[in-house]
Amino acid sequence: MDIANYIYLSALLFTIGAIGVVVRRNAIVVFMCIELMLNAANLAFVTFSRVHGNLSGQVASFFTMVVAACEVVVGLAIIVTIYRSRRSASVDDASLLKR
Amino acid sequence: MTTSTSLVYLIALPLFSAGLLLLLGRIADKWGHIFATLVSASVFVIGVMEFFAMQGREGEARAATQKVFEWISVGTFQVDASLLLDQLSICFVLLISGVGTLIHIYSIAYMSHDRDRRRFFAYLNLFIAAMLLLVLGDSYLNLYVGWEGVGLASYLLIGFWNQKPAYATAAKKAFVANRVGDVGLSLAIMIAFTQFGTVTFAGVKEGASGASAGALTAIGAMLLLAAAGKSAQFPLQSWLGDAMAGPTPVSALIHAATMVTAGVYLITRSNFIFDASPTAQLMVVIVGAITLLFGALIGTAKDDIKKALAASTMSQIGYMILATGLGPVGYAFAIMHLITHGFFKAGMFLGAGSVMHGMNDEVNMRRYGAIRKVMPITAATFGLGYLAILGVPPFAGFYSKDKIIETAFYAGGVEGILLGGATLFGAGITAFYMTRVMVLTFAGTKRWDENAHPHESPFLMWAPMAVLAVGSVTSGFLLNSGNALVNWLEPVVNESHEHHSEHFLPPLAISAMALFVVAIGVAFAILKYRSVPVVAPENVTGFTKAARKDLYQDSFNEAVFMRPGQKLTAGLVSTDYKVIDGLVRMVGWVIQISASSIRNIQSGYVRSYALIMVLGVLALVAAVWMVTL
Repeated sequence: MDIANYIYLSALLFTIGAIGVVVRRNAIVVFMCIELMLNAANLAFVTFSRVHGNLSGQVASFFTMVVAACEVVVGLAIIVTIYRSRRSASVDDASLLKR
Repeated sequence: MTTSTSLVYLIALPLFSAGLLLLLGRIADKWGHIFATLVSASVFVIGVMEFFAMQGREGEARAATQKVFEWISVGTFQVDASLLLDQLSICFVLLISGVGTLIHIYSIAYMSHDRDRRRFFAYLNLFIAAMLLLVLGDSYLNLYVGWEGVGLASYLLIGFWNQKPAYATAAKKAFVANRVGDVGLSLAIMIAFTQFGTVTFAGVKEGASGASAGALTAIGAMLLLAAAGKSAQFPLQSWLGDAMAGPTPVSALIHAATMVTAGVYLITRSNFIFDASPTAQLMVVIVGAITLLFGALIGTAKDDIKKALAASTMSQIGYMILATGLGPVGYAFAIMHLITHGFFKAGMFLGAGSVMHGMNDEVNMRRYGAIRKVMPITAATFGLGYLAILGVPPFAGFYSKDKIIETAFYAGGVEGILLGGATLFGAGITAFYMTRVMVLTFAGTKRWDENAHPHESPFLMWAPMAVLAVGSVTSGFLLNSGNALVNWLEPVVNESHEHHSEHFLPPLAISAMALFVVAIGVAFAILKYRSVPVVAPENVTGFTKAARKDLYQDSFNEAVFMRPGQKLTAGLVSTDYKVIDGLVRMVGWVIQISASSIRNIQSGYVRSYALIMVLGVLALVAAVWMVTL
């Protein structure tokens, strides 16, 4: 088992997620990209857990999943509320602090 | 030293009266002037009682002290608000309260048409209180309080009719010129404190015997500056002429008899400093000699009767200052001339006020003439004062001024010749300008305005003038008989009974010379002013033009001190604005500029924040990576 491939994959997924967060406007897509980054991190955790032969990495990935689930609940609720008030799910429209 | 309990009333009574009259306001209008006059008279009575009590004591016990309260107590530095009444102070107490009371009485009539008469009397009492504190304080710091107090009273009284801007400006000028002198006094006190650790007269006297010559000269020079400011001596004399803006009783009391002589008091009181520092003494003598000629020359060209008298005051105080600079022999004669001058000059000022009172406040002597026919009493009292200031025997000025001229000649060597010559010359000019005042005002033909109806002044006005005239006649003889004043002051000024017998000029010859010079001055004036044009002639010599303008002292001050001073302040203001404020404003400006450019980063777009965060994390990772590598 070559650890490098897993790390490459993890880094690739994280990069795709980060780019998505920066370039996409749709809040749902941005959200999905965040999930992608979290899961890229999870992949790295699990890989290291397997390589080192202890369970710490797997425990960490479980924590990540729990946090991600909570985050989805809160985040989607916010997105839905914003959509209701503005009829738009674009993150650029939600720049109210400026004005 | 005797301990007294009544000295404080000398100051407290008039101070209380001044406060009362000022606080009560218009309620006191009906009786304020009577009250103030009674207070002043009672101060005089206390003074006379103290004087007799003092004569009953002998030697060391003559001087009386009273500790009123502990004023400053810091570590080893102790200043008590203590009063000291010794042989020198009592002369001043009697002069101030005596002449002061007479002038209070005079003012009742003189100011009767003024709606602010009560305020005027309140200020007069304030002046009496401050002046008595000045002469009764037992330390330089106590003296300083009185010194500032008389400056304040003088300012308030010069500007009493401050509805006229020129008068208000004159008051301000007097105040500012006095402040210059006050700086000298405060510096003298500071030097004395650093040198001797005390500021009482006794303590400084003790310390002066072991002090360095430099310190003594510095203290002496600063004291001289203070005296020059208060006593209108060169180069701070220019305020006195303008101070005549005040009501005439004020000119008589403050700017002739008492306050302007405070400088003479200060130098006489500090005799232990000046006796130990010949340099400081020389400065005093030079200032005195310059001023006595300066004032006399200005007096020859003034058409305003009060300004002519003011110039004469300046000159006479120059005589006193000169005498104080001549060492132990001079102090008593300075004080003697001060007292006789207090009588005759106050009397003449009151006479001038009387003439003005009858002439619709006209001050131009060219508008007078032949007043003796309508105001015989004023003319008589003024005439006696005139004879006194000329030094005609047996009038007061003969005894006091001749003594100063003698002492000046006996200073010895070239200095003696120069000083004696200056005083002699001054006496001649004095005779000239005083005769000019006499002739222009009282003799000749009448040149007054049709609207003027000169009349003799009421009893309340001529009675004080008569009393002062009696003083002008007798005071010199009384003070001089058996060397009364010299012996009286001996414990204070350490007169060392020098004998002048070996000098080249006997006193009699000097008196004869003085009289001869005076006669020339009188004759010259009478010849010159046989006919007087009503309008001052324009085609006069350059000297007359200069004298009319106070020998350009104002222009000099303006060019040398005022204009550069204004430039300096303008420069400092612009420095403050451009440099100091500029730095502060630059800080704000930098923050503003940087803030407004940094603000653009806060676009509100989540993605840009996210990008910055990503970049930040990358930078962090890179940094950690670099460090660990």
